[in-house]
Amino acid sequence: MSDIVATNQTILVVGGGISGMTAAIEAAEVGKQVIVIEKRPFIGGRVSQLYKYFPKLCFPTCGLEINQRRINANKNITVVTMAEVTGLVGEAGNYTASVKISPRYVNSNCTACGACGDAVESEFDNEFNYNMDKRKGAYLPYNLAQPQRYVIDPQMIGTDDAQKAKDACKFNAVDLDMQEETIELKAGAVIYATGWRPYDANKIQPYGYDRIKNVITSVEFERMMDPFGPTGGKLVRPSDGAEAKKVAFIQCAGSRDRNYLKHCSRICCMASLKQSTYVSEKYGDDAEVSIYYIDIRAIDRFDDFYQKVQDDKNVTFIKSKVASIVENKANGNPTLHGVDTEGYNRYANEHDLVVLAVGMEPSVDKDTFPIEIKVNDEGFIEHDEANGGVFAAGCSSDALDVNRAVQHATAAALRAIQVVNRVAKAEG
Amino acid sequence: MAGEMKIGAYVCKGCGIGERLNADQLATTATRDGKAAICQQHDYLCSEEGVNMIQNDIDNEGVNRVVIAACSRRAKTDAFAFKHVTLHRANLREGVIWVRPDSDDQQETTQEMADDYVRMACAEAKYSKVPEASGQQGVNRNILIVGGGVAGMTAALEASKAGYPCTIVEKAATLGGAVAQLYKTIPTKAPYADPQDSGVDELIAAIEADSNITVHLNSRTTNIAGAPGRFAADISAESGATVTKDFGAIVQASGFKPYDANQLPEFAYGKNKDVVTQLELEALAKAANGSAIKRPSDGKEVSSVVFVQCAGQRSKKEGHLEHCSGYCCSASIKQAMYFKDQNPDVETTIMYTDLRTPGAGGENFYRSGQKKGIIFTKSVVSEVVNGANPTVKFKDLILNEEAEVEADLVVLATGMVPNAGQATRAELTIEENEDKADAKSSGEAQVIRVEVESILNLDYRQGKDVPHMANGFADSHFICFPYETQRTGIYTAGPTRRPMDAKQAMDDAMGAAMRAIGEAENAGLGKAAHPRSGDLSFPTFRKEGCTQCKRCTVECPFGAINEDEQGYPVYNESRCRRCGTCMGACPVRVISFESYSVDTVGQQLKAVDIPEEFDEKPRILVLACENDAYPALDMAAQNKLEYSAFARVIPVRCLGSISLSWITDSLNSGFDGIMLMGCPSGDNYQCHFVKGSGTAQERMGKVGDTLQSLSLEKERVATYEISITDIHKVPKLINDMATTIEKIGMSPFKF
Repeated sequence: MSDIVATNQTILVVGGGISGMTAAIEAAEVGKQVIVIEKRPFIGGRVSQLYKYFPKLCFPTCGLEINQRRINANKNITVVTMAEVTGLVGEAGNYTASVKISPRYVNSNCTACGACGDAVESEFDNEFNYNMDKRKGAYLPYNLAQPQRYVIDPQMIGTDDAQKAKDACKFNAVDLDMQEETIELKAGAVIYATGWRPYDANKIQPYGYDRIKNVITSVEFERMMDPFGPTGGKLVRPSDGAEAKKVAFIQCAGSRDRNYLKHCSRICCMASLKQSTYVSEKYGDDAEVSIYYIDIRAIDRFDDFYQKVQDDKNVTFIKSKVASIVENKANGNPTLHGVDTEGYNRYANEHDLVVLAVGMEPSVDKDTFPIEIKVNDEGFIEHDEANGGVFAAGCSSDALDVNRAVQHATAAALRAIQVVNRVAKAEG
Repeated sequence: MAGEMKIGAYVCKGCGIGERLNADQLATTATRDGKAAICQQHDYLCSEEGVNMIQNDIDNEGVNRVVIAACSRRAKTDAFAFKHVTLHRANLREGVIWVRPDSDDQQETTQEMADDYVRMACAEAKYSKVPEASGQQGVNRNILIVGGGVAGMTAALEASKAGYPCTIVEKAATLGGAVAQLYKTIPTKAPYADPQDSGVDELIAAIEADSNITVHLNSRTTNIAGAPGRFAADISAESGATVTKDFGAIVQASGFKPYDANQLPEFAYGKNKDVVTQLELEALAKAANGSAIKRPSDGKEVSSVVFVQCAGQRSKKEGHLEHCSGYCCSASIKQAMYFKDQNPDVETTIMYTDLRTPGAGGENFYRSGQKKGIIFTKSVVSEVVNGANPTVKFKDLILNEEAEVEADLVVLATGMVPNAGQATRAELTIEENEDKADAKSSGEAQVIRVEVESILNLDYRQGKDVPHMANGFADSHFICFPYETQRTGIYTAGPTRRPMDAKQAMDDAMGAAMRAIGEAENAGLGKAAHPRSGDLSFPTFRKEGCTQCKRCTVECPFGAINEDEQGYPVYNESRCRRCGTCMGACPVRVISFESYSVDTVGQQLKAVDIPEEFDEKPRILVLACENDAYPALDMAAQNKLEYSAFARVIPVRCLGSISLSWITDSLNSGFDGIMLMGCPSGDNYQCHFVKGSGTAQERMGKVGDTLQSLSLEKERVATYEISITDIHKVPKLINDMATTIEKIGMSPFKF
């Protein structure tokens, strides 16, 4: 990794999700040198874990394929995976970043032939599917993973299986002695495209995510639809594998709430509207969806989609902040308690499955940025002159949908280019 | 690349290829059938050693057509990236051994499959040239910005900061647009508690101080000819004076028109002076400038005000807007604060159905409004009754009852109507187009076109403005690519693209400026824009063969082709996205790209070895979209999902590029089945070239006649809509086709 060339005209992009990819491509395609630092073993970020996008109901991997092809074809972009920025010092036009690279135990000789995966037995929690299933200890994170290169789980190191993986590889790609290393990189501008993580549903005590098996989160529900996901594309209950036809979506689960997340995450209403179509996709007229909401925030042109879902007679909207969820021990059904504020009626509704529409939290904790940077109460990076040559892109700046995150990231690329062009001019 | 064509073929034996296939035979096929001058085998071709071996042949042996018989064209692209040669991939791993069972009885057909792919890659090599830019345009870093509101000004300032000179064309007498009419704007910084100054004056001052920015006020673009890298824009002032300037790319920030509230008689607008729109309230607030706001009818200080959200919006009623304008909830909170901040005793009520204040800032601002005592009532307003004070009748959705309230002032939150010029004619087919031309003086479409003034006045065969998407916005259709309008080098930003507030419009403008800069740079180098970024190949046509049928100019999804006086196509390289839809449209096959042509594909399918009829080995041609169906096939292979050994897959840039001659040629040469795999079409189309898949389906409708004339069953040719996620489906479809052929029998056209 020490062969990476970086100067104070280089743009460092922290995070290789859709925002980071976009910023990198935009900058690189006008000739700028870009280094992308990605924490996971592959680029693509959260969108790689989505089944469909709203409102078109198209597939995120379609756009990922294009972006990955553009990145692969562009010599100006260097992608460093399994890496994190641990330190950042300097000022606009002259930064030095410390980047910690974790061992993948597989080097660039890998052809993704899959021999190591076939050779090993050990299995570990599959983080790509939010630990809802297991994957092997030598694995390709998912079908479209880029770089197309296997990973060996550090938990397997030192076991016989690790040796088996090494022995199975004909290309000397498995390197069990690989060590963590920290490298220093120069950069003129830094784009933080560190994205978001789903709010920890365990914290929302009244909803019993930690106690009731058939209460899951929206991101988990999304994975269930993938034919290669934890349930093989079936919408079933975690408790007993029964078909989940009567599904409740709880909006603002932990959002717009002083006890949890203060802000509205913008995407959750649209995500649940989209997910309501999944239930219909699987069960047709047997689908029975209830959406418990405060406001349906199907903003601007998305309202068309809301209107379409409203026309679906299998979907009911209940204006209510659900008070609590109790499990019916007899059948595992979660029962929702609360008051329907339209008319003030109490309810106790039983469902097969409850999906918590959890909000977006910034991936980087507020106080852990390696450099002083202006961050609001919610933890999102504010645009501020004081940030110098460090710019946010996408969900590190606010809760955004993919379209707006990409728009924001495109703008961030220009901000970074302004800095490195200034440097280039000064250096002649 | 003067001199002889020389094919070097390289067979990889890694990843199981060597064990599963007879590599020597593949090498023989490459030299004997493929006419490769050099053929080498390697155990691990993508290794440094393997790559060096190939590079050495390029450097020292004169190899200029490189055939890699190894993995998919999507794999190991970093290793197999050679300069100044053409590259062809015979997909033996994902395309052959991973989709076929490893058993002795299958070995023969599996080997045949691999041999064919080697022949096909060599055939493609034979008919390909290394693409070189046309040199039609140089780098022009001047950016034209149409619209001088906050979006346009931001685009100019930010592009200028990166070193790109900008020209703003604004039709009004001053800069500032809609935001200049506002008293204050929604806060953009923590703690998001109070309205803030719009900053318009600072923006205008910055524009004036920037010597890199030229401003034309009272002006319009009356004609824009050319293409990215060489746009020539006529900028005409109201006085009539016109200057023509050259630009590399364009940002269109033409903003919105306020919705005409006269279409809302039920809310007493126009009848009662104290029923105003949000924009009119801004004027009242400006006039008050911090003192009590007075109402229009009698100048009384307002002591109670009701805001009616979604007035004429989110409604399918005639004359209403179907969309939500996104910003009005926050705008009403801001306006209620104008009253509350001046005098907390003023009663302010916001009547809404869904309060939409997203993000960190939005929710904080909402909370701040609640703290300041603004009343939020979830209700549907049915009527505003005219009287000395307007009376608002509404259904309170919480109490579930009808109610009414009298107020000094009623503010209607009416929405944004995009100012996006004329809807284009891009969707018209040839026939419709001709019909319209015949009936020039009549017809509804004609009337609508006259009413709307064009913004850009593009001198394009396919209309004067950027094509509109839903609700009349000149948006991109793509979630992952918000700036991909159907006009290369023209990027829309702000409310002309989609409804948005000032802050988002400014962010948006910056993104559009980025895209404009990108296009100005790349057009100058002859490089394609998204999604085939960097592609240097571009279409040319053989004039002697052209029949001036105009199909190419009509069907181009990007309006890239104009016509000369005689009706011959005039290609504009930098408008072109390299999809090949024109090539597919051309009935006389005169259009081609250096690296993608009727021959590069046609010769591949001719290179397939067709066994004799009694061999019972059918051949199925699969033409697969390179972005979705082809990756889906690769991923099926990764998962070892098997499909018929009789399939021969050729990736195509887009289904729209498929020439009918490929279909007839393959039928004539004895293929038993033909499968076309493109993206889903329709309203939510996924084709990144807009309509390739739909176009192909239409064209294939005409194949019926061909089949009939050859006495072939119609099931032999089928078109499918495939998404990249259809990983299980694609092998199944191929196997289904194999079963169908088994049923209907082999094609009699084997030679």
